[in-house]
Amino acid sequence: MLLSPYPTAAERMRVGALWVWCVLVLVFLVVPIFVPVPLSFNSGSFFTFPLAGLSTRWYEVVLGTDRWRAAIGNSLLIGFGATILATVLGTLTAIGLSDPKFPARRFVVPLLISPLIVPVVVTAVGTYLFYARVGLANTYAGIILAHTVLASPFVVVTVGASLTGFDRNLMRATSILGAKPMTGFFRVMLPLILPGVLSGAAFAFVTSFDEVVVVQFLANASQRTLPLEMFTGLREQLSPAITAAATLMMGLSILLLIVANLLARRSRRIAGAVQE
Amino acid sequence: MSSIALPRLRTRDQRESLRPFALATPLLLLLFFSFGAPIAALLSRAVYEPTIANALPRAIAALKQDSGAGVPDEPVFLAFAADLKEAQAQGSVQEFAKSLNTRLSGARSQVLRIARNAGQEQATSKEAMIKASPLLGEPRFWAAIREGANRFTSFFLLSAFDLRWTDQGTIGAVPADQAVFVRVFGRTFLIATVVTLSTLALAFPLAYLMTNLRPAIAGIVLVLVLLPFWTSILVRTAAWTVILQKYGLLNDLLLWLGLTSQRLELMYSRTGLIIAMTHIQLPFTLLPIYSVMRSVPPSQLRAAQSLGAQPFTAFWRVYLPQVMPGVLAGCLLTFILCLGYYITPVLIGGASDQLISNFIANYVNAELNWEMAAALSFVLLASTLGLYVTMTRFFGLDLFKMG
Repeated sequence: MLLSPYPTAAERMRVGALWVWCVLVLVFLVVPIFVPVPLSFNSGSFFTFPLAGLSTRWYEVVLGTDRWRAAIGNSLLIGFGATILATVLGTLTAIGLSDPKFPARRFVVPLLISPLIVPVVVTAVGTYLFYARVGLANTYAGIILAHTVLASPFVVVTVGASLTGFDRNLMRATSILGAKPMTGFFRVMLPLILPGVLSGAAFAFVTSFDEVVVVQFLANASQRTLPLEMFTGLREQLSPAITAAATLMMGLSILLLIVANLLARRSRRIAGAVQE
Repeated sequence: MSSIALPRLRTRDQRESLRPFALATPLLLLLFFSFGAPIAALLSRAVYEPTIANALPRAIAALKQDSGAGVPDEPVFLAFAADLKEAQAQGSVQEFAKSLNTRLSGARSQVLRIARNAGQEQATSKEAMIKASPLLGEPRFWAAIREGANRFTSFFLLSAFDLRWTDQGTIGAVPADQAVFVRVFGRTFLIATVVTLSTLALAFPLAYLMTNLRPAIAGIVLVLVLLPFWTSILVRTAAWTVILQKYGLLNDLLLWLGLTSQRLELMYSRTGLIIAMTHIQLPFTLLPIYSVMRSVPPSQLRAAQSLGAQPFTAFWRVYLPQVMPGVLAGCLLTFILCLGYYITPVLIGGASDQLISNFIANYVNAELNWEMAAALSFVLLASTLGLYVTMTRFFGLDLFKMG
């Protein structure tokens, strides 16, 4: 498609150069994120290729020592808390926004998205200062609330997208047939938008699970999460255990986001099918 | 008839628009409580600093009675001693000393000593106090107190631009050895610009190629672009700290290719930081460009060429104007995100590559100077939001039509 039917030599050169450049860009894009993977199976303790030998000793460190296990536990606790809150609140908001009568949408939508735009250090420092006054600093509840704020835009947007294809007449039909609003929601609307909701939940979980700046300010010594443990490790003494932690985190994020995207695609398809 | 029906219609309309809003209320309340209010409280500290005024009620009242500028008369000194004695008794003197120290560096230890003395013995006279602590005899000490007497202050916001009120009551530059922030903001904008242009140079050709590939292959390439996009910034920064080591992969590669003759110091360098940030931001620049490019029919370029345009002319006059919104959106998005970088400069940048976010964090963590952190946050937030509004208003970029 890039070449015209009767390409000149110059044209071939240009397209060839384009291909070479793009392959290099893709290598630059993809290779770095997989570099920690083989290193995490290194039996030596240096970050150099070739590997000294294969071993799972660094995974034993990450999955076996109390320090890392506590961090993984904290990450999961905070991640699930923030996911549940963000998914419930975000879904409600997206349903409200999908109503054409929603007032002042022009101002509300940028407001809902703003946690993604505001530099995270500003959010973290502000939350730290404010939480210290209201007694939420160094509490799990505080960290979960702060993560809910950062994760909620993803839920609002993903559920919102799956609602664009939702036929509101279906809800009218349920109420005409005598269903209470809640019944209509749980029996008709939720099943149809469920892939979108789950996909938003996956995005929310990954957002919280990867977050390090807010946690750095809000967490005390016993609330350290996996990313925070990695961050301090990278800052203080570089140990190959970090490559193992990075590999685990990357694996989980990629897995969840692939699932999220497949679900999002499915929800768009369902929406399309219902409309027809 | 209609005059009766109309009000009823309106109330029903209002109730109907209230219900969808009620659904959004819990999240909006949470955002207010855990996002809006905290940031507002933080920013307010950039202009509202009551510590000095609260600590010195008597001295400030006496200063108002006092005649002129410079070192005041004896009543102010005695009132100052009484205030410090009380602050010492209440335990608020540390806070006062710290607050004064941000305006007058070095004042902290002297003030604490004066307070200790004031707690022990009755202050006798101006001369005795100046003899005990010479700082009290200096006009700049009293200038700082007079400034601090005002609870609302422009001191910190001006400091964020390396400016201050001069003794003549005009705004002037701070001494060169204290000027840091203009350089830090300049560095932040410079690095953001370099990273934005680098990502554009890498992303534009790739996006162009992707629009011209068969759908199946384009899908695979898109997954390759999204994989790093889905990996957290921390994990990608960790990967780069491994790659950029002196005996790391990149140095191995450069030596092997013969591009360098010795190992480069890439960690804790600006080059390393820019490489890592370019890698992290590349998908953010690419995806908006790609989504716009897909909407431009490829036949147009061919039509232009068959009408006699040189390939470059066709590209410049026909293709580029149409994909420009995507290019601007992608670049602005990357630029905005670069302004707020924190983790990557900490881990990969050197001491002279720390960006504005790092200074904010440092003022909170190490120096406990909330006012300066607030003032810098204010400037950073204003730049970011200003660019974001530009982006949404003029380019109509929807952040979420990318993935």
